[in-house]
Amino acid sequence: MSWSLGALVLVLFVVTLCVGTFQVSVVDAFRIIGGAQIQGATFVVWDLRLPRALTAVGVGAAFGLSGAIFQTLVRNPLASPDIIGITSGASAAAVVAITMFGLNPALAAPVAFAGALVTATLIYTLAWRGAVSGYRLVLVGIGMAAVLNAVVSYAMTRAEVTDAAEALVWLTGSLNASTWSRLPGLFLPLAVLLPAALVLARPLRGLQLGDDLAAGLGVRTERSKVVLIVVAVGLAAIATAAAGPVAFVAFVSGPIARRLARGSGLALVPAALVGASVVLAADFVGAQLLGGVRMPVGIITGVVGAPFLLWLLAQSNRTGRGG
Amino acid sequence: MTAPAVPHQPVAPRTGARPAGRRRSVLVVGLVAGAAALVLCALVSVAVGAREVPLAHAWDALTAYTPGDIEHEAVRSRIPRTVLGLLVGAALGLAGALMQGVTRNPLADPGILGVNAGASVLVVLGIVVLGITSPTQYVWFAFAGAAMASVAVYAVASLGRGGATPVKLALAGACITAALTSLITAMLITSTDSLDTFRFWQVGAVSGRSMETVATVAPYLAVGAVVALASGRVLNALSLGDDVARGLGQHVGRSRALAAVGIVLLAGGSTAAAGPVAFVGLTVPHVARAVTGPDYRWILPYSAVLGAGLVVVSDILGRVVARPGQLQVGIVTAVLGAPVFIALVRRRKLAEL
Repeated sequence: MSWSLGALVLVLFVVTLCVGTFQVSVVDAFRIIGGAQIQGATFVVWDLRLPRALTAVGVGAAFGLSGAIFQTLVRNPLASPDIIGITSGASAAAVVAITMFGLNPALAAPVAFAGALVTATLIYTLAWRGAVSGYRLVLVGIGMAAVLNAVVSYAMTRAEVTDAAEALVWLTGSLNASTWSRLPGLFLPLAVLLPAALVLARPLRGLQLGDDLAAGLGVRTERSKVVLIVVAVGLAAIATAAAGPVAFVAFVSGPIARRLARGSGLALVPAALVGASVVLAADFVGAQLLGGVRMPVGIITGVVGAPFLLWLLAQSNRTGRGG
Repeated sequence: MTAPAVPHQPVAPRTGARPAGRRRSVLVVGLVAGAAALVLCALVSVAVGAREVPLAHAWDALTAYTPGDIEHEAVRSRIPRTVLGLLVGAALGLAGALMQGVTRNPLADPGILGVNAGASVLVVLGIVVLGITSPTQYVWFAFAGAAMASVAVYAVASLGRGGATPVKLALAGACITAALTSLITAMLITSTDSLDTFRFWQVGAVSGRSMETVATVAPYLAVGAVVALASGRVLNALSLGDDVARGLGQHVGRSRALAAVGIVLLAGGSTAAAGPVAFVGLTVPHVARAVTGPDYRWILPYSAVLGAGLVVVSDILGRVVARPGQLQVGIVTAVLGAPVFIALVRRRKLAEL
């Protein structure tokens, strides 16, 4: 399963590099990646499309993995970081900084990161009563998300309308600001967090059976949970910092991956690959296929992703597997 | 279909020791005291603002209005927002209680089940495509949107075995909200002018509304409130589960449909006039339930009173805290409502409905 998803990511990646207002052949694209200088094409592929596509892959994988970890840990499909307020924390911090303190949107990343971490700590602390129950975590998270969204709305009314428009693009999730210079900020943390997530997630198989049973099997549930939550928050935060809170990727990747990889348990790697495919494809559609209008990636993931999840929901309701 | 006091209550009062009659009189007194407190809140609301007016003078402005007196003018200018705050608060409290009862879902709220998003998306469509700018014109778009979103959420959630369970409803609501939010953003990103209009509606505010706006939505809110207040017994029966409710002689499908009409009127009307005001519909019924116990015939009126109080007090606070500017009421209710909500979540299982 992971292999075919990996192949899908690769195909989408190559298509993104080659197709656009300026067409480049597949062979030329690979030659440029290999270091060849081709008049005109090198600039388009190397300087514009490659960093954008890489950002898409990194952001998608981080969101997908983060969402899948949260959903498994809390055993609730609603518990993805975009629903329980963690990406809202990142957004609120960034938007307040952009509109009220005049921060350059290109520098919003560290602020967003800090916002996500603070929010996650708050949610976890508030949901803590001896132990953290999944249901309580989701409810507290929804409460936090409402407050943070109110903060965002307020910042938007206080800003000049041009700043508000800028903040709106960031709030939607957009890859427009992807450049080579910003890639290390995304991929260095990813290089630590992705392997860490996969290694740490082994105890998740136990957690999935329920806290009591997992404890009986010898999983130290609270400690495993805390470490995994920190990793998942980190993933959501760096992805939000790089591209804004791209709607729905964290929410849909896990369920899609689990459906594709029937019965094989956690499906974390498939979730990351699904996330990468979703962001790549959505950005391609938003930037190239709408006939002149260029839409940020978050709009496409929302408009396309939401009905898809509704369909998934309807399907599983019909077969009796839904909640 | 009013709810007369019947001897055999579908839900047994949880106080075994205290006689039911005495408990009822305590609740009646509480409700009257709440209503009196509301009047006081309303009076404070017209007196407080950028220009401070003593309470006695504010009373004069209402009873013996002198044209030209600048303090009287100031008080008069605060009447629409106060009335709107009372109406919207009561409507949202009732809508939340109705939703939580009908869906047996402790998370039910016009915001979470997609009703606000539905209202918003059609309002934006109106702003972007037809260039409407006044709240009086938003009303119809908001109603239509709220109705469509409610139907869609309920339809998706009730597919399959078991009907519309709480989890399925919440999931469907979250999905529809996310999809519609993307649509809204897509429309706003291409038009800065529309963003400029929309952002002030979207934050949730009762200020800057004319008496005309209030009058436009008031009839719908009134009908919705009558439907809601009459649904107490039905909700009590539904809270025992569909099968038991059917056994008690309720037409479950018809009751749900009627309650849904009430929800759309209440939530759609208040969202049209004030924008999406967060958290009132979610928090207030839980507080009411903590006061009254599980009987919906009491939860509903208490929700109305508490909701109205919350919105008016939030509006006053928004004027006091950020003087000489003001915080919109939607922000204050979120900041006030969230801690209450989180405390409730921490204290006990919200699933006890």
